[in-house]
Amino acid sequence: MSEAAAGETPIKPNPTLLELALCFNQIAIASFGGGLSAWSRQVLVEDKKWMEDEEFLSASTLCRVLPGANQVNLAVFVGSRFRGLIGAVCAVVGLTTIPMIIVIGLGWFYFTYSQVPALKSILNGIAPVAVALSAAMAFKAGKKCLNGYMPVVFAVAMFVLSAIFRRPLLESLALLGPLAVWWAWPKKKPESAT
Amino acid sequence: MSPQTLTHLLVLFGSLSLLSIGGGNSIIPDMHLQAVRGYHWMTDRQFTDLFAIAQSAPGPSVLIVTLIGYKAGLAGGIGWGIFGAVVATIAMILPAGLLVFWVAQFWQKAEKAPWRHAVERGFAPLAVGLILATAFIVSRTADHGKMAVALTMVCTLIFATTKINPLVIVAIGGFLGWMGWV
Repeated sequence: MSEAAAGETPIKPNPTLLELALCFNQIAIASFGGGLSAWSRQVLVEDKKWMEDEEFLSASTLCRVLPGANQVNLAVFVGSRFRGLIGAVCAVVGLTTIPMIIVIGLGWFYFTYSQVPALKSILNGIAPVAVALSAAMAFKAGKKCLNGYMPVVFAVAMFVLSAIFRRPLLESLALLGPLAVWWAWPKKKPESAT
Repeated sequence: MSPQTLTHLLVLFGSLSLLSIGGGNSIIPDMHLQAVRGYHWMTDRQFTDLFAIAQSAPGPSVLIVTLIGYKAGLAGGIGWGIFGAVVATIAMILPAGLLVFWVAQFWQKAEKAPWRHAVERGFAPLAVGLILATAFIVSRTADHGKMAVALTMVCTLIFATTKINPLVIVAIGGFLGWMGWV
Protein backbone atom coordinates (compact mmCIF):
# COMPACT_ATOMS: atom_id res chain seq x y z
CA MET A 1 0.00 0.00 0.00
CA SER A 2 2.83 2.36 0.79
CA GLU A 3 4.10 2.26 -2.80
CA ALA A 4 1.31 4.53 -3.93
CA ALA A 5 2.13 7.14 -1.28
CA ALA A 6 5.94 6.93 -1.41
CA GLY A 7 6.06 6.83 -5.21
CA GLU A 8 7.36 10.25 -6.19
CA THR A 9 8.56 12.44 -3.34
CA PRO A 10 11.72 14.12 -4.68
CA ILE A 11 13.38 16.20 -1.93
CA LYS A 12 11.77 16.69 1.47
CA PRO A 13 10.88 20.37 1.77
CA ASN A 14 12.44 22.01 4.80
CA PRO A 15 11.39 25.67 5.04
CA THR A 16 13.00 27.94 7.62
CA LEU A 17 10.99 29.98 10.13
CA LEU A 18 11.44 33.09 8.00
CA GLU A 19 10.34 31.25 4.86
CA LEU A 20 7.20 30.06 6.68
CA ALA A 21 6.33 33.60 7.79
CA LEU A 22 7.03 35.11 4.36
CA CYS A 23 5.07 32.37 2.60
CA PHE A 24 1.93 32.98 4.67
CA ASN A 25 2.38 36.71 4.35
CA GLN A 26 2.46 36.26 0.58
CA ILE A 27 -0.75 34.19 0.73
CA ALA A 28 -2.49 36.82 2.87
CA ILE A 29 -1.51 39.76 0.67
CA ALA A 30 -2.44 37.97 -2.55
CA SER A 31 -5.92 37.22 -1.21
CA PHE A 32 -7.04 40.86 -1.40
CA GLY A 33 -10.72 40.57 -2.33
CA GLY A 34 -11.12 36.91 -1.41
CA GLY A 35 -9.98 33.45 -2.42
CA LEU A 36 -7.66 32.90 0.53
CA SER A 37 -8.09 29.14 0.40
CA ALA A 38 -7.32 29.01 -3.33
CA TRP A 39 -4.23 31.15 -2.79
CA SER A 40 -3.06 28.80 -0.05
CA ARG A 41 -3.15 25.90 -2.47
CA GLN A 42 -1.55 27.94 -5.25
CA VAL A 43 1.40 28.90 -3.06
CA LEU A 44 1.82 25.78 -0.88
CA VAL A 45 1.19 23.09 -3.50
CA GLU A 46 2.05 24.64 -6.87
CA ASP A 47 4.65 27.34 -6.22
CA LYS A 48 6.57 26.10 -3.15
CA LYS A 49 5.73 22.39 -3.54
CA TRP A 50 5.77 21.95 0.23
CA MET A 51 2.74 19.67 0.15
CA GLU A 52 0.98 17.24 -2.17
CA ASP A 53 -2.61 17.92 -3.22
CA GLU A 54 -4.01 15.10 -1.13
CA GLU A 55 -2.26 16.25 2.03
CA PHE A 56 -3.25 19.86 1.45
CA LEU A 57 -6.90 18.99 0.84
CA SER A 58 -7.29 16.77 3.87
CA ALA A 59 -5.46 19.29 6.07
CA SER A 60 -7.72 22.08 4.87
CA THR A 61 -10.80 19.95 5.56
CA LEU A 62 -9.57 19.22 9.09
CA CYS A 63 -8.93 22.93 9.55
CA ARG A 64 -12.49 23.71 8.51
CA VAL A 65 -13.92 21.28 11.05
CA LEU A 66 -11.83 22.47 13.98
CA PRO A 67 -12.84 25.70 15.73
CA GLY A 68 -11.10 28.87 14.58
CA ALA A 69 -10.65 30.68 11.29
CA ASN A 70 -9.85 28.16 8.55
CA GLN A 71 -6.80 29.93 7.20
CA VAL A 72 -5.31 30.67 10.62
CA ASN A 73 -5.77 26.99 11.41
CA LEU A 74 -4.05 26.01 8.18
CA ALA A 75 -1.11 28.26 9.07
CA VAL A 76 -0.84 26.54 12.48
CA PHE A 77 -1.07 23.16 10.79
CA VAL A 78 1.56 23.79 8.10
CA GLY A 79 3.86 25.75 10.41
CA SER A 80 3.88 23.03 13.04
CA ARG A 81 4.34 20.30 10.44
CA PHE A 82 7.71 21.76 9.46
CA ARG A 83 8.95 23.61 12.56
CA GLY A 84 6.82 22.69 15.57
CA LEU A 85 5.32 25.30 17.88
CA ILE A 86 7.65 28.13 16.80
CA GLY A 87 6.89 27.31 13.18
CA ALA A 88 3.16 27.59 13.88
CA VAL A 89 3.65 30.95 15.57
CA CYS A 90 5.76 32.26 12.67
CA ALA A 91 3.21 31.13 10.09
CA VAL A 92 0.34 32.79 11.98
CA VAL A 93 2.33 35.99 12.53
CA GLY A 94 3.21 36.01 8.83
CA LEU A 95 -0.43 35.50 7.88
CA THR A 96 -1.89 38.17 10.16
CA THR A 97 0.62 40.98 10.80
CA ILE A 98 0.43 42.97 7.56
CA PRO A 99 -3.34 42.37 7.16
CA MET A 100 -3.82 43.62 10.75
CA ILE A 101 -1.89 46.80 9.97
CA ILE A 102 -3.97 47.31 6.82
CA VAL A 103 -7.25 46.61 8.64
CA ILE A 104 -6.37 48.98 11.50
CA GLY A 105 -5.47 51.63 8.91
CA LEU A 106 -8.84 51.15 7.20
CA GLY A 107 -10.58 51.20 10.60
CA TRP A 108 -8.84 54.45 11.48
CA PHE A 109 -9.98 55.94 8.17
CA TYR A 110 -13.52 54.72 8.74
CA PHE A 111 -13.90 56.10 12.26
CA THR A 112 -12.15 59.38 11.42
CA TYR A 113 -14.06 60.22 8.24
CA SER A 114 -17.09 57.99 8.96
CA GLN A 115 -17.13 56.39 5.55
CA VAL A 116 -15.86 53.14 4.10
CA PRO A 117 -12.69 53.69 2.06
CA ALA A 118 -13.61 53.86 -1.63
CA LEU A 119 -12.57 50.39 -2.70
CA LYS A 120 -16.00 49.16 -3.69
CA SER A 121 -15.69 49.38 -7.46
CA ILE A 122 -12.23 47.81 -7.58
CA LEU A 123 -13.51 44.97 -5.38
CA ASN A 124 -16.47 44.47 -7.72
CA GLY A 125 -13.95 43.46 -10.36
CA ILE A 126 -11.77 41.36 -8.06
CA ALA A 127 -14.53 39.32 -6.40
CA PRO A 128 -15.43 37.37 -9.59
CA VAL A 129 -11.73 36.61 -10.14
CA ALA A 130 -11.45 35.28 -6.58
CA VAL A 131 -14.48 33.04 -7.15
CA ALA A 132 -12.92 31.81 -10.40
CA LEU A 133 -9.71 31.02 -8.56
CA SER A 134 -11.63 28.80 -6.11
CA ALA A 135 -13.53 27.07 -8.89
CA ALA A 136 -10.33 26.45 -10.86
CA MET A 137 -8.67 25.15 -7.71
CA ALA A 138 -11.43 22.58 -7.26
CA PHE A 139 -10.95 21.64 -10.91
CA LYS A 140 -7.15 21.29 -10.71
CA ALA A 141 -7.12 19.43 -7.40
CA GLY A 142 -10.02 17.32 -8.64
CA LYS A 143 -8.10 16.15 -11.71
CA LYS A 144 -5.59 14.53 -9.37
CA CYS A 145 -7.75 13.02 -6.67
CA LEU A 146 -11.03 12.25 -8.48
CA ASN A 147 -9.52 9.15 -10.03
CA GLY A 148 -12.44 6.73 -9.96
CA TYR A 149 -16.20 6.46 -9.59
CA MET A 150 -16.33 6.66 -5.81
CA PRO A 151 -14.27 9.86 -5.38
CA VAL A 152 -16.51 11.59 -7.95
CA VAL A 153 -19.60 10.36 -6.09
CA PHE A 154 -18.20 11.71 -2.79
CA ALA A 155 -17.28 15.09 -4.30
CA VAL A 156 -20.69 15.49 -5.95
CA ALA A 157 -22.51 14.39 -2.78
CA MET A 158 -20.57 16.96 -0.72
CA PHE A 159 -21.32 19.68 -3.27
CA VAL A 160 -25.03 18.88 -3.35
CA LEU A 161 -25.34 18.73 0.44
CA SER A 162 -23.62 22.04 1.08
CA ALA A 163 -24.37 24.12 -2.05
CA ILE A 164 -27.89 22.92 -2.95
CA PHE A 165 -29.35 21.75 0.38
CA ARG A 166 -27.19 24.15 2.43
CA ARG A 167 -26.59 21.63 5.21
CA PRO A 168 -24.07 22.64 7.91
CA LEU A 169 -20.53 21.37 7.35
CA LEU A 170 -20.46 19.22 10.48
CA GLU A 171 -23.66 17.45 9.48
CA SER A 172 -22.47 16.70 5.92
CA LEU A 173 -19.11 15.50 7.20
CA ALA A 174 -20.68 13.31 9.87
CA LEU A 175 -22.63 11.66 7.06
CA LEU A 176 -20.03 11.42 4.27
CA GLY A 177 -16.77 11.40 6.27
CA PRO A 178 -17.08 7.87 7.72
CA LEU A 179 -18.23 6.51 4.33
CA ALA A 180 -15.26 8.10 2.55
CA VAL A 181 -12.76 6.87 5.14
CA TRP A 182 -14.27 3.38 5.04
CA TRP A 183 -13.93 3.43 1.25
CA ALA A 184 -10.31 4.61 1.44
CA TRP A 185 -9.26 2.16 4.19
CA PRO A 186 -6.16 0.36 2.86
CA LYS A 187 -7.19 -3.18 3.75
CA LYS A 188 -10.45 -3.05 1.85
CA LYS A 189 -9.09 -2.22 -1.59
CA PRO A 190 -5.33 -2.73 -1.77
CA GLU A 191 -4.75 -1.80 -5.42
CA SER A 192 -7.33 0.86 -6.22
CA ALA A 193 -4.95 3.81 -5.91
CA THR A 194 -4.33 4.02 -9.64
CA MET B 1 -9.30 51.68 27.84
CA SER B 2 -10.54 50.49 31.21
CA PRO B 3 -9.38 47.17 32.64
CA GLN B 4 -13.03 46.20 32.43
CA THR B 5 -13.11 46.62 28.65
CA LEU B 6 -9.87 44.66 28.39
CA THR B 7 -11.41 41.78 30.35
CA HIS B 8 -14.53 41.91 28.21
CA LEU B 9 -12.46 41.67 25.01
CA LEU B 10 -10.42 38.76 26.35
CA VAL B 11 -13.42 36.81 27.63
CA LEU B 12 -15.65 37.48 24.62
CA PHE B 13 -13.16 36.57 21.90
CA GLY B 14 -11.38 33.91 23.92
CA SER B 15 -14.64 32.00 24.24
CA LEU B 16 -15.89 32.72 20.71
CA SER B 17 -12.58 31.34 19.45
CA LEU B 18 -13.44 27.82 20.58
CA LEU B 19 -17.06 28.17 19.47
CA SER B 20 -16.22 29.12 15.88
CA ILE B 21 -16.70 25.62 14.51
CA GLY B 22 -16.82 25.43 10.73
CA GLY B 23 -15.09 28.77 10.18
CA GLY B 24 -15.28 32.31 11.51
CA ASN B 25 -18.60 33.24 9.94
CA SER B 26 -20.59 30.98 12.26
CA ILE B 27 -19.96 33.32 15.22
CA ILE B 28 -20.68 36.64 13.47
CA PRO B 29 -24.25 36.82 14.86
CA ASP B 30 -22.95 36.36 18.40
CA MET B 31 -20.18 38.88 17.87
CA HIS B 32 -22.73 41.37 16.62
CA LEU B 33 -25.00 40.79 19.62
CA GLN B 34 -22.22 41.36 22.15
CA ALA B 35 -20.45 44.27 20.43
CA VAL B 36 -23.64 46.22 19.67
CA ARG B 37 -26.27 45.26 22.25
CA GLY B 38 -24.17 43.83 25.07
CA TYR B 39 -21.21 46.20 25.42
CA HIS B 40 -22.40 49.12 23.25
CA TRP B 41 -19.02 49.42 21.55
CA MET B 42 -20.64 50.42 18.26
CA THR B 43 -23.89 50.86 16.33
CA ASP B 44 -25.55 48.36 14.01
CA ARG B 45 -24.44 50.33 10.98
CA GLN B 46 -20.84 50.47 12.17
CA PHE B 47 -20.76 46.71 12.71
CA THR B 48 -22.04 46.09 9.18
CA ASP B 49 -19.45 48.45 7.72
CA LEU B 50 -16.62 46.86 9.72
CA PHE B 51 -17.75 43.45 8.51
CA ALA B 52 -17.52 44.67 4.90
CA ILE B 53 -14.05 46.14 5.51
CA ALA B 54 -12.75 42.90 7.06
CA GLN B 55 -14.22 40.83 4.21
CA SER B 56 -12.59 42.85 1.47
CA ALA B 57 -9.22 43.59 3.07
CA PRO B 58 -6.42 41.09 2.44
CA GLY B 59 -5.98 38.32 4.98
CA PRO B 60 -8.41 36.16 6.91
CA SER B 61 -11.88 37.72 7.38
CA VAL B 62 -11.69 36.84 11.08
CA LEU B 63 -9.79 40.13 11.37
CA ILE B 64 -13.18 41.74 12.00
CA VAL B 65 -12.24 41.10 15.65
CA THR B 66 -9.24 43.41 15.14
CA LEU B 67 -11.64 46.17 14.14
CA ILE B 68 -14.03 45.49 17.03
CA GLY B 69 -11.12 45.58 19.47
CA TYR B 70 -9.92 48.81 17.88
CA LYS B 71 -13.31 50.48 18.31
CA ALA B 72 -13.71 49.15 21.87
CA GLY B 73 -10.40 50.74 22.89
CA LEU B 74 -10.78 53.87 20.77
CA ALA B 75 -12.63 55.74 23.54
CA GLY B 76 -9.26 56.18 25.23
CA GLY B 77 -7.44 57.38 22.09
CA ILE B 78 -5.83 55.78 19.05
CA GLY B 79 -3.06 54.14 21.08
CA TRP B 80 -5.60 52.27 23.17
CA GLY B 81 -7.54 51.48 20.01
CA ILE B 82 -4.52 49.72 18.55
CA PHE B 83 -3.91 47.97 21.87
CA GLY B 84 -7.51 46.76 21.90
CA ALA B 85 -7.13 45.57 18.31
CA VAL B 86 -4.07 43.47 19.14
CA VAL B 87 -5.60 42.05 22.34
CA ALA B 88 -8.84 41.07 20.58
CA THR B 89 -6.95 39.39 17.74
CA ILE B 90 -4.70 37.38 20.03
CA ALA B 91 -7.66 36.36 22.21
CA MET B 92 -9.46 35.16 19.08
CA ILE B 93 -6.53 33.23 17.60
CA LEU B 94 -4.85 31.65 20.63
CA PRO B 95 -7.37 29.13 22.06
CA ALA B 96 -8.38 27.63 18.71
CA GLY B 97 -4.77 27.80 17.52
CA LEU B 98 -3.56 25.74 20.48
CA LEU B 99 -6.25 23.15 19.83
CA VAL B 100 -5.26 22.90 16.16
CA PHE B 101 -1.61 22.65 17.15
CA TRP B 102 -2.41 19.75 19.43
CA VAL B 103 -4.42 17.97 16.72
CA ALA B 104 -1.62 18.64 14.20
CA GLN B 105 0.92 17.00 16.55
CA PHE B 106 -1.30 13.96 16.86
CA TRP B 107 -1.77 13.94 13.07
CA GLN B 108 1.96 14.10 12.34
CA LYS B 109 2.77 11.33 14.81
CA ALA B 110 0.36 9.10 12.92
CA GLU B 111 2.23 9.58 9.65
CA LYS B 112 2.43 5.88 8.90
CA ALA B 113 -0.87 4.84 10.46
CA PRO B 114 -3.41 3.31 8.06
CA TRP B 115 -6.22 5.46 9.43
CA ARG B 116 -4.39 8.64 8.55
CA HIS B 117 -3.84 7.46 5.02
CA ALA B 118 -7.51 6.53 4.77
CA VAL B 119 -8.62 9.92 6.11
CA GLU B 120 -6.34 11.77 3.67
CA ARG B 121 -7.50 9.76 0.71
CA GLY B 122 -11.16 9.79 1.72
CA PHE B 123 -11.33 13.48 2.68
CA ALA B 124 -9.69 14.76 -0.51
CA PRO B 125 -12.77 14.30 -2.75
CA LEU B 126 -14.98 15.77 0.00
CA ALA B 127 -12.73 18.84 0.05
CA VAL B 128 -13.07 19.23 -3.72
CA GLY B 129 -16.87 19.17 -3.40
CA LEU B 130 -16.69 21.66 -0.54
CA ILE B 131 -14.47 24.11 -2.42
CA LEU B 132 -16.76 23.94 -5.44
CA ALA B 133 -19.74 24.56 -3.15
CA THR B 134 -18.04 27.61 -1.65
CA ALA B 135 -17.36 29.09 -5.08
CA PHE B 136 -20.95 28.36 -6.09
CA ILE B 137 -22.47 29.94 -2.98
CA VAL B 138 -20.26 33.04 -3.08
CA SER B 139 -20.97 33.60 -6.76
CA ARG B 140 -24.72 33.55 -6.05
CA THR B 141 -24.79 35.69 -2.92
CA ALA B 142 -22.38 38.51 -3.78
CA ASP B 143 -23.92 41.14 -6.02
CA HIS B 144 -22.97 39.27 -9.15
CA GLY B 145 -24.35 40.88 -12.31
CA LYS B 146 -24.13 39.42 -15.81
CA MET B 147 -20.67 40.89 -16.38
CA ALA B 148 -19.43 39.41 -13.11
CA VAL B 149 -20.75 35.96 -14.02
CA ALA B 150 -19.08 36.18 -17.44
CA LEU B 151 -15.83 37.33 -15.84
CA THR B 152 -15.98 34.43 -13.36
CA MET B 153 -16.42 31.90 -16.16
CA VAL B 154 -13.65 33.31 -18.34
CA CYS B 155 -11.24 33.49 -15.40
CA THR B 156 -12.07 29.95 -14.27
CA LEU B 157 -11.18 28.74 -17.75
CA ILE B 158 -7.92 30.73 -17.73
CA PHE B 159 -6.90 29.48 -14.26
CA ALA B 160 -7.80 25.88 -15.02
CA THR B 161 -6.01 25.65 -18.35
CA THR B 162 -2.99 27.99 -18.11
CA LYS B 163 -0.17 28.53 -15.66
CA ILE B 164 -0.46 32.32 -15.75
CA ASN B 165 0.17 34.06 -12.40
CA PRO B 166 -3.29 34.62 -10.83
CA LEU B 167 -2.17 38.04 -9.55
CA VAL B 168 -2.08 39.32 -13.13
CA ILE B 169 -5.73 38.34 -13.60
CA VAL B 170 -6.66 39.79 -10.19
CA ALA B 171 -5.09 43.11 -11.26
CA ILE B 172 -7.00 43.08 -14.54
CA GLY B 173 -10.22 42.31 -12.62
CA GLY B 174 -9.53 45.21 -10.26
CA PHE B 175 -8.94 47.49 -13.24
CA LEU B 176 -12.20 46.41 -14.91
CA GLY B 177 -14.02 47.11 -11.63
CA TRP B 178 -12.32 50.47 -11.21
CA MET B 179 -13.48 51.45 -14.72
CA GLY B 180 -17.01 50.50 -13.63
CA TRP B 181 -17.38 47.69 -16.16
CA VAL B 182 -18.19 44.96 -13.66
